[in-house]
Amino acid sequence: MNLVHYWRAMSGIIGRELWRFITQRERFISALVRPLIWLFVFAAGFRAALGLAITPPYETYILYEVYITPGLIGMIQLFNGMQSSLSMVYDREMGSMRILMVCPLPRWFLLLSKLLAGTFVSILQVYVFLAIAWFYDIHAPWQGYLWVMPTLILSGLMLGALGLLLSSFIKQLENFAGVMNFVIFPMFFMSTALYPLWKMKESSALLAKLAEYNPFSQAVELIRFALYGQFDQQAFFYTLSAFIVFMAAAIVGYNPSKGMMSKKGGG
Amino acid sequence: MTINRTSALAIEQLSYAYSGKKALDQVSFSIQPGECTLLLGPNGAGKSTLFSLITRLYDSRDGQINLCGYDIKRQTRLALAKLGVVFQQSTLDMDLTVMQNLLYHTALHGIANKVALPRIQQELERLNMFERRFEKIRQLNGGHKRRVEIARALLHKPALLLLDEPTVGLDVPSRLAIVDYVHQLAADENLAVLWASHLIDEIFPDDHLVVLHKGCVKAKGTVDEVLAATETSSIKDAFYSLTQGEAS
Repeated sequence: MNLVHYWRAMSGIIGRELWRFITQRERFISALVRPLIWLFVFAAGFRAALGLAITPPYETYILYEVYITPGLIGMIQLFNGMQSSLSMVYDREMGSMRILMVCPLPRWFLLLSKLLAGTFVSILQVYVFLAIAWFYDIHAPWQGYLWVMPTLILSGLMLGALGLLLSSFIKQLENFAGVMNFVIFPMFFMSTALYPLWKMKESSALLAKLAEYNPFSQAVELIRFALYGQFDQQAFFYTLSAFIVFMAAAIVGYNPSKGMMSKKGGG
Repeated sequence: MTINRTSALAIEQLSYAYSGKKALDQVSFSIQPGECTLLLGPNGAGKSTLFSLITRLYDSRDGQINLCGYDIKRQTRLALAKLGVVFQQSTLDMDLTVMQNLLYHTALHGIANKVALPRIQQELERLNMFERRFEKIRQLNGGHKRRVEIARALLHKPALLLLDEPTVGLDVPSRLAIVDYVHQLAADENLAVLWASHLIDEIFPDDHLVVLHKGCVKAKGTVDEVLAATETSSIKDAFYSLTQGEAS
């Protein structure tokens, strides 16, 4: 066992995931259609209803479409993270996850590689989305497109780790639909993706508090600030901590002697 | 009981339970290099559970599993490196080609492409699948998929090959071809084979048998030893008597 082995295995896992994503055109298109509908339809309609004050990182009044863009980037990564874990439940049911789990590398490394693979796929989606948004007159400073890359890796890992954790608890594919409803929608709507915190406080202080502590909000703010060349330290540490907690729990969940794998039935 | 260090697989006093219900009870047996051992048992005997424990997908506190002298719990990675597996369900990626699936496997085992490519060619040629290396798995029939899985399981040169009912759902010629090929492998490559099955016509006269029923080992040894122990003249009768008429 040496570093070259680790590198080859990680490249193999990431390469396989990217190849699958590129060749599955329907998946590629549907991953883009969702945020674009939100941008072109929801945001256009909602623009008139929501007045936005000047808040950092924005230095001037902005259109609602501009505000919502980082939230939609987060949405892409949230759905991608959940879809990756959905595919892991499917893989586990169908067996292909077993090939990964019986290879002679530490399980945490295999899970991390799988997470990274999913994150790279989501980053690919995000940049295609940003390119389309650019033609829709949603422009960030050009440096922002570079600054946002490392934050996308962290937010993608955090959301992927959450998906991974959930997948370790789910025995069958059918159970996943419920979790999607109980995780994706509350996480997305109870966040700063669609409306700023101060606006939320006007209607419900409790909702604003929940949104503030929602890791998805923090990931969205991290992306929002990075897109404008700024670093949100609090959001960074919050997202990093959430990633560590989710990842550690997922590793325990996939440990055959400690986690949920040991409680699942078999033939 | 001490573990025989030369055994490709040595299982000692292994037990496992699902929510208090025993799936395996004090299972012990070993397999030597070059030996083909058929793990026989009706559905629900505990064969798949045993495979999940050997491959470390499950963990058991009771008992010990050693692969080529490596404890699967404490030296997991060293043990898994010696193991090739063909699971009951197909574990190939349907959207990738034969070659991509095999390269993915060699990457997971840390094998460089310059080493992997000739090995892939060798294994596929032996199974008459080299011409189809650029076809997607989805385009292959069941027998060919199984051949690819067997080729894949051998790419990292394992010492022990596990096959979990690999011929289920295949037509008779495909089934016989795989049975013959694996027996040949064991003889030619000094490979230890553990083959789970409930089909007694897959047994060769020189094979070793482990008969599992309701989680317990009912008989083990060569075909002749099992026949002698059960005082029967055919494996079918021996299997019936050991499993009280539950053979498939």
